[in-house]
Amino acid sequence: MSQIAQQVFNALQLGSFYALIALGYSMVYSILMLFNFAHGDVFMVATYIGYFVAVGLLGLVAASMLPLPSWALFVLTLVLTMFLASFVGILVELVAYRPLRDAPRASAAITGLMVGIFMETGVLALLGASRKDFPALIPPQTFQLGPIYVTNLKILTLGMTLLLLVLLYLLIHHTKLGMAMRAMSFDYAVVPLLGIPMNTVISFTFALGSALAGAAGILYGMSYPVLDPYMGVIIGWKAFVAAILGGRGSIFGAVVGGFMLGAIEILVAATMPSTMRDLIAYSIVLLILTFRPYGLFGEEYSARLRL
Amino acid sequence: MSSPQLVVENLEVYYGNIRAVHGISFHVNKGEIVAIIGANGAGKTSTLRAISRWMVKVGPKTRMTFEGHDLLRYPPHKVVSELGISHVPEGRRIFGNLTVWENLMLATYARKDRHNLKRDFDMVFDLFPRLAERRNQKAGTLSGGEQQMLAVARALITGRRMMLLDEPSMGLAPLLMQEMFAALRQINREGTTILLVEQNAHMALKFAHRGYVLETGNLVLEGLTMDLLQNPRVKEAYLGG
Repeated sequence: MSQIAQQVFNALQLGSFYALIALGYSMVYSILMLFNFAHGDVFMVATYIGYFVAVGLLGLVAASMLPLPSWALFVLTLVLTMFLASFVGILVELVAYRPLRDAPRASAAITGLMVGIFMETGVLALLGASRKDFPALIPPQTFQLGPIYVTNLKILTLGMTLLLLVLLYLLIHHTKLGMAMRAMSFDYAVVPLLGIPMNTVISFTFALGSALAGAAGILYGMSYPVLDPYMGVIIGWKAFVAAILGGRGSIFGAVVGGFMLGAIEILVAATMPSTMRDLIAYSIVLLILTFRPYGLFGEEYSARLRL
Repeated sequence: MSSPQLVVENLEVYYGNIRAVHGISFHVNKGEIVAIIGANGAGKTSTLRAISRWMVKVGPKTRMTFEGHDLLRYPPHKVVSELGISHVPEGRRIFGNLTVWENLMLATYARKDRHNLKRDFDMVFDLFPRLAERRNQKAGTLSGGEQQMLAVARALITGRRMMLLDEPSMGLAPLLMQEMFAALRQINREGTTILLVEQNAHMALKFAHRGYVLETGNLVLEGLTMDLLQNPRVKEAYLGG
């Protein structure tokens, strides 16, 4: 019993990473009908940005120039990283996708893959092959909740993810840019007739997705503190699968798909030999998609931004 | 006489290599209601889109000015936000996944004169009380007539100097059509210039002050609508003899 509860926490933690990253795929898709295949590497770059922000801030604290408790340090690192990461998304859109706005979607998809490789090799060239250790912003602690043990990092990851999801919901539903995003996902072309600059909405969407990837990067780095330039590949593809599983372009679907994927992976890992984890987990995903080809919350012909 | 609010010269519209509008010239004076009538495929929608700088490419000889501003220098969203030209597109194109209220709020996105918003919202709900009743309903659940009201209301909120209307009568039952044109007349009385294109020539010519007749990309007739209504050619081709 306590074993199951333990695994539930693991699944929620893994699902949080997938959900936060999957949102970036889904939001962009809902507006541009384009999968940003560079997004996994945006997550990687964002994690590196988080690393430098964290190291820098810790340095200031150590030099007693920044008298902050560790929770405040964490929040500051998170906010700064999200802010900086958003520019990575904006830049990717500006450089890679905007010139191809009217090109066939396949060209944009291939470009996305290239941009991803560019970022991986760019980080490799700039920072070298040695791995970076993400600093411990918050000293790890383990709490005992009845029969189960849970780390403060797991609670933090889940809590922060839920908070960000609520903020995202409010943003999409109660700000003009959020409304414009939803409008654009319904009827892309007509948006300029309302005096709304399309490029602003598109940049904002990329920024939002990358900021969430930045948050995922911090939370991920704190739990798995080894960074390397290829760390975004597998987790990026998995989050992409989560977005597909949830339904192309569906925000709600991306969240559900992310947590579901986390649950499936942990379930398999807990019951099967570990080498078979992904094989079996993704066979299950394939099976689900066989019966629901448009995902759990996807629509056949449209990808409306829904929540 | 002061110069017209909108001047269009040598308008050519291309779709790829196909020319849909063949170098037409016309103007609209401030405060006027002008109708361009023509059959399906005559180039009416292309003409309106060219003015909005939306979705179409114009030829090299085309000149268009609005209140002295060169329209060709403006991207589509600035035609709306900086010049105050609103456009009710063909097929209404309201956002069915947003509520009525959200559709209208979105139209305020680029409005700089925040202090006038209350006046405009009051006017919209005065013209179309049904929209006030249904403000929290998803726009996709409105009837066709209500969607058309919302499309006009949304345009009214985005910009009030000139309103371009693409077939406002389309798909409306006769009674609703009367209501719609009464509302548009009211909008015009409050200072908005109106340029509409219509297949329903009878309705359009009764509504407008001046009219143009567009045939396969060329303007073939123009004049006061009371004259056009008596014109044998217009009667023959557009008013059913």
